[in-house]
Amino acid sequence: MYWLLNSSIGRKLIMSITGVCLVLFLLFHMSMNLVLVFSAEAYDMICEFLGANWYAVVATLGLAGLAVLHIAYGTWLTLQNKQARGADKYASSNKTKTEWAAKNMYVLGLIICLGLVIHLWNFWYKMQFAELLHLPDAVSEGSGLVIALFSCPAYSVIYLAWLAAIWFHLTHGIWSAFQTLGLNGRTWYPRLKIISNIVATIIMIGFAVVPVWFTIIGLFN
Amino acid sequence: MEKVINITVKVWRQKGPKAKGGFEAYKLAGISGDTSFLEMLDILNEKLISEGQEPVVFDNDCREGICGMCSLYINGHPHGPDNLITTCQLHMRHFNDGDTITVEPWRSAAFPVIRDLTVDRQAFDKIIQAGGYVSVNTGGVPDANAIPISKIDADEAMDSASCIGCGACVAACKNGSAMLFVSAKVSQLALLPQGKVEAAARAKAMVLKMDELGFGNCTNTRACELECPKGVSISNIARLNRQFLKAKLSD
Ligand code: HEM
Ligand code: SF4
Ligand code: FES
Repeated sequence: MYWLLNSSIGRKLIMSITGVCLVLFLLFHMSMNLVLVFSAEAYDMICEFLGANWYAVVATLGLAGLAVLHIAYGTWLTLQNKQARGADKYASSNKTKTEWAAKNMYVLGLIICLGLVIHLWNFWYKMQFAELLHLPDAVSEGSGLVIALFSCPAYSVIYLAWLAAIWFHLTHGIWSAFQTLGLNGRTWYPRLKIISNIVATIIMIGFAVVPVWFTIIGLFN
Repeated sequence: MEKVINITVKVWRQKGPKAKGGFEAYKLAGISGDTSFLEMLDILNEKLISEGQEPVVFDNDCREGICGMCSLYINGHPHGPDNLITTCQLHMRHFNDGDTITVEPWRSAAFPVIRDLTVDRQAFDKIIQAGGYVSVNTGGVPDANAIPISKIDADEAMDSASCIGCGACVAACKNGSAMLFVSAKVSQLALLPQGKVEAAARAKAMVLKMDELGFGNCTNTRACELECPKGVSISNIARLNRQFLKAKLSD
């Protein structure tokens, strides 16, 4: 199993599998969020179900493991690649017409990390962590917390900027993961590009609905 | 009417592998648009020699786009601004009067500069030596119709085999990755019956050597295929990933 550490394709395999799992998680998380637009009670039921229960805790730990692996390998790959490129830069720069997202995956990843810290503090800490440790910060009704936060337009703007970074990361990341897994070719490349754009856009819009919706409602109240 | 231009060429000069290099600017007048880029450098070198200066060292051999020796990074592109050609096939008509043209060597940790614009590309030879050949006995030359090969596979193998090993893919890649080259060399054999026998071992050995020589991890930016003078496609990289993963999983 050492090849997952010391071969470039092995390292990329870890990147792609963790990346795809995170995409699947985002789709699941998004579906859950959308429930809030239709019914606060239903949303609170889901929150309860995924609160301080053993299965939710196990799933959270698994997810954290995936995220840590993805970030650690991403950092490692990026450092190795900088070294492989060498210290000498091109004076006439690099004018190859590559996609912006493809060249900035790590920077986008760091922005996602930053957003993640805010996000975990805003929600996860109060909705699961505090409950687990029986801290006074624990919030039992998730819906109220979400609605209160997104009634503040500044928070909504931060979240939308975060979603934009995720969108860029995924327009490249999704087809790239298929390429890394060897599931690509001349016929499938253009198709996978379109699929990546569609999935990334579904995720972005799906997540954007909640902050946008409650900002608008907040403005009219 | 024939295009004639006056240009300034900014060339990377470096006395040796360890020496500190820097750019020198040279003015050239009356360069015809029909002059090839390397002929332009020949004109510059004749001028330098006649002035008692050291000529600019650059790699070249066939000057017709087949050997892969020429390797100049021109105005932000390996092999210059034109598409699907090598440096030796680039003509001065692609530049304008008064232009300053920046000429640099390939930049990658695995391709150290030897002198001026020449880099050491032996790393590619070492990758080929690690497995880019067929060592099983494939018998004499068979009749053309004795081993059926689909037209699709034959075409794809030919496209992969068009790689001339120039290294532009590495030079263009922000990760200094050699995956396009390695995947083309693996594919040209793996697609054909004679090469299939050793396909798994070959993919593993060549990737191992590539990693060992300090090339980077491919992150699918596609810079390589956009700059490759032979239009080698990243579908080769997908094939290499597939073969490598399959070989490792069945170990
Ligand atoms: C929302 C969470 C995230 C998702 C869904 C995600 C998804 C993906 C996917 C699918 C890939 C393509 C993998 C491949 O090419 O094989 C990828 C690549 C990458 N990700 Fe993420 N990612 C996320 C967060 C992050 C974070 C937080 C970082 C690091 C700070 C990061 C850094 C990278 C890097 C550097 C790459 C490119 C490396 C490569 O192509 O091998 N990602 N990501
Ligand atoms: S793949 Fe293209 S750019 Fe890379 S070495 Fe071969 S011909 Fe040159
Ligand atoms: S000199 Fe042979 S390809 Fe340019």
